[in-house]
Amino acid sequence: MTAMIDITNAEKTFTMHLQGGVRLAVVRGVSFQVGAGECVVLSGPSGAGKSSILKMIFGNYRCEGGRIGVCHEGAVIDLAGAEPRQILAVRRATIGYVSQFLRAVPRVATIDVVAEPLIANGVARPDARQRAASLLKVLNIPERLWALPPSTFSGGEQQRVNIARGFISDLPILLLDEPTASLDAVNRAVVVDLIDEKKRAGVAMVAIVHDDEIRNLIADRVIDVTSFAAAA
Amino acid sequence: MAEVDNDRPLLVADGLSKNYGRLTACRDVSFALYPGEVLAVVGESGSGKTTLLQLLSAQMAPSAGTVSYRMRDGVLRDLAALGEAERRFLFRTDWGYVHQDPALGLRMAVSAGANVGERLMAVGWNNYGHIRSTASSWLERVEIDIGRIDDAPRTYSGGMRQRLQIARNLVTQPRLVFMDEPTGGLDVSVQARLLDLMRNLVSELHLAAIVVTHDLAVARLLSHRVMVMKGGRVIETGLTDQVLDDPREPYTQLLVSSILPA
Amino acid sequence: MNAPAYNFAYLDEQTKRMIRRAILKAIAIPGYQVPFASREMPMPYGWGTGGVQVTAAILGPSDVLKVIDQGSDDTTNAISIRKFFAKTAGVETTTSTADATVIQTRHRIPEAPLHAGQVLVYQVPIPEPLRFLEPRETETRRMHALGEYGLMHVKLYEDIARFGHIATSYAYPVKVNARYVMDPSPTPKFDNPKMDNCPALQLFGAGREKRIYAIPPYTQVVSLDFEDHPFTRYRFDAPCALCAADDSYLDEIVTDDQGSRMFVCSDTDYCEGRQAQGHRGTESVAPHKEGAHG
Repeated sequence: MTAMIDITNAEKTFTMHLQGGVRLAVVRGVSFQVGAGECVVLSGPSGAGKSSILKMIFGNYRCEGGRIGVCHEGAVIDLAGAEPRQILAVRRATIGYVSQFLRAVPRVATIDVVAEPLIANGVARPDARQRAASLLKVLNIPERLWALPPSTFSGGEQQRVNIARGFISDLPILLLDEPTASLDAVNRAVVVDLIDEKKRAGVAMVAIVHDDEIRNLIADRVIDVTSFAAAA
Repeated sequence: MAEVDNDRPLLVADGLSKNYGRLTACRDVSFALYPGEVLAVVGESGSGKTTLLQLLSAQMAPSAGTVSYRMRDGVLRDLAALGEAERRFLFRTDWGYVHQDPALGLRMAVSAGANVGERLMAVGWNNYGHIRSTASSWLERVEIDIGRIDDAPRTYSGGMRQRLQIARNLVTQPRLVFMDEPTGGLDVSVQARLLDLMRNLVSELHLAAIVVTHDLAVARLLSHRVMVMKGGRVIETGLTDQVLDDPREPYTQLLVSSILPA
Repeated sequence: MNAPAYNFAYLDEQTKRMIRRAILKAIAIPGYQVPFASREMPMPYGWGTGGVQVTAAILGPSDVLKVIDQGSDDTTNAISIRKFFAKTAGVETTTSTADATVIQTRHRIPEAPLHAGQVLVYQVPIPEPLRFLEPRETETRRMHALGEYGLMHVKLYEDIARFGHIATSYAYPVKVNARYVMDPSPTPKFDNPKMDNCPALQLFGAGREKRIYAIPPYTQVVSLDFEDHPFTRYRFDAPCALCAADDSYLDEIVTDDQGSRMFVCSDTDYCEGRQAQGHRGTESVAPHKEGAHG
């Protein structure tokens, strides 16, 4: 089975020009694969580079070396060397990213925030909103909040809106950065169920979770990123 | 409606430069813009971004380099080779140009309906009823009260004038829109509303756009790609979130770090 | 002191050649505004210097000249200009439209149909039809050159939006020979159809603005409009009070200070001609009997 994600020797180093050109090596020699229906959890202490690796897979961070292979529409594409248009195409059709903090466009209603990924892919607005509604319901966001922009919601509510947005489309790869961080027990269970559903549907996932219990529930494999630490 | 041709670039700039004597306003700019893509050009005053916009929209001849545009028939044409009549026609139909000061892009003494309808009349629409109803539907789309259709933009607020300018530009369903600091000079809340509108229109109409701005927040909100200019050169380019979250060049890092946190 | 001696029709021969060249060019490009080196005339700008220069350039000793102002032969300006040419060219003058070979007019076209061999010279204040919408000469010249006339329709649109109909009642823009849009001078739109396919040569002179344009005989002249708001001439409610004509353009004349008024033909020659044929309106005598003028 072709791996959905195939990272080889990826490296991330920041050069802080404003601080006199200090180089901050984050990770080096990152190599691993993720297959369809698998959930790989990245573990390690804060600052070890887990989020950076996730952002490199999404194309949000550029790599200073190595290869980020992604299976997109049947062919493998190296995101490290890809054109901006290609990365946009991959994000639209293949990789979804659920960030740690909701970064929604201000003044857009919650239901439209969640429906947007479907609309951008050509689904009609009413259908997209309907799917958004059912997801929001599952995640226990009360209907009276759907017409409001999420900027005034609590941290936990915002995170659930974020998850709804990330899970609504049928993307074959999902990247999850602390999906259950601000959630109570009930909603943590809901998210675990959603992740299971995606796994059964064959979605390849890479996740960062600090909670041991959640990690045990969702991880098929755990990768310790300290093994990719760049030498100081 | 022009057929969507996403695989071939819509606008290609190659080695574009502009000098005024020894002063170089713009140096060796090259890029390709595809249908439906929004490119932000950011930089501070004097970076050359407005000069670049004028070169790209054929309002100024370059000192070196070429700008090519794919016409509706699919042929990529060098803009310098177009006749004046063709260029003016392109400017009125397939392109839009949104000025920072809406008074430059509108006829201030003529009613809003006529402002929106002018481009239609220029391409031969000859039925008053059709022109008026098309103008009305566009006013609705940019959230201007239809009751104001017969008022001159002299009586409009700044935000309304800018929205009218957008409607006037979009009525002929252009494929490429140039915007020069579209939210400059507007109150913050008015800016916000305008940006929302622009975001929606760009995605609904599958518009390609080149947006010149000094405001990184505008770039982040509207654009897929961004080019950072300094001293007439493009010093960094890439996906908007890449360049703003992972800036590599010293100047880009300076720009990004200068944004006051919300 | 000796009376001053003038060249025939006042202008020197070189100037007349320059104006004739401009006229030829104008005839070759119907409706196109040809710039010319307008001379200082013995009357200020705004008093018909353009029309006078054109007439002076084309007048010959055997011509018969008629001059009207708002349709009338006997207003001050019409009389002054007629006297000017009588003195400097010695040509025969007339008030009869049918007998004239050259007719200089301010803001009206005579009611009597013109025939081949006649020349109608219009006095024009602002030759550029787009001027009030687009103040830049550079821009309007481009628009004419490229045939970009959307802006003209903007003006008509504005009228309909504001008044419910195209309210332009004079200087109504026309398209000449299906190419150039032209301002017919401030003639009432009532007169526009007379310009179409006219057997006479129509010349337009703007002295202050220094432009000459022309409509050759039998040229198509179409008034601009919208397909759902077509151009219409208006008809008056009542016939002329003096001669009962129901097909001529009428002037409103106030007859006393109690608000009484009557409508009479603006074209005095036409009205008098009809009265001479025996037509009578409700008021068969004019309020003032004009004396003959020299």
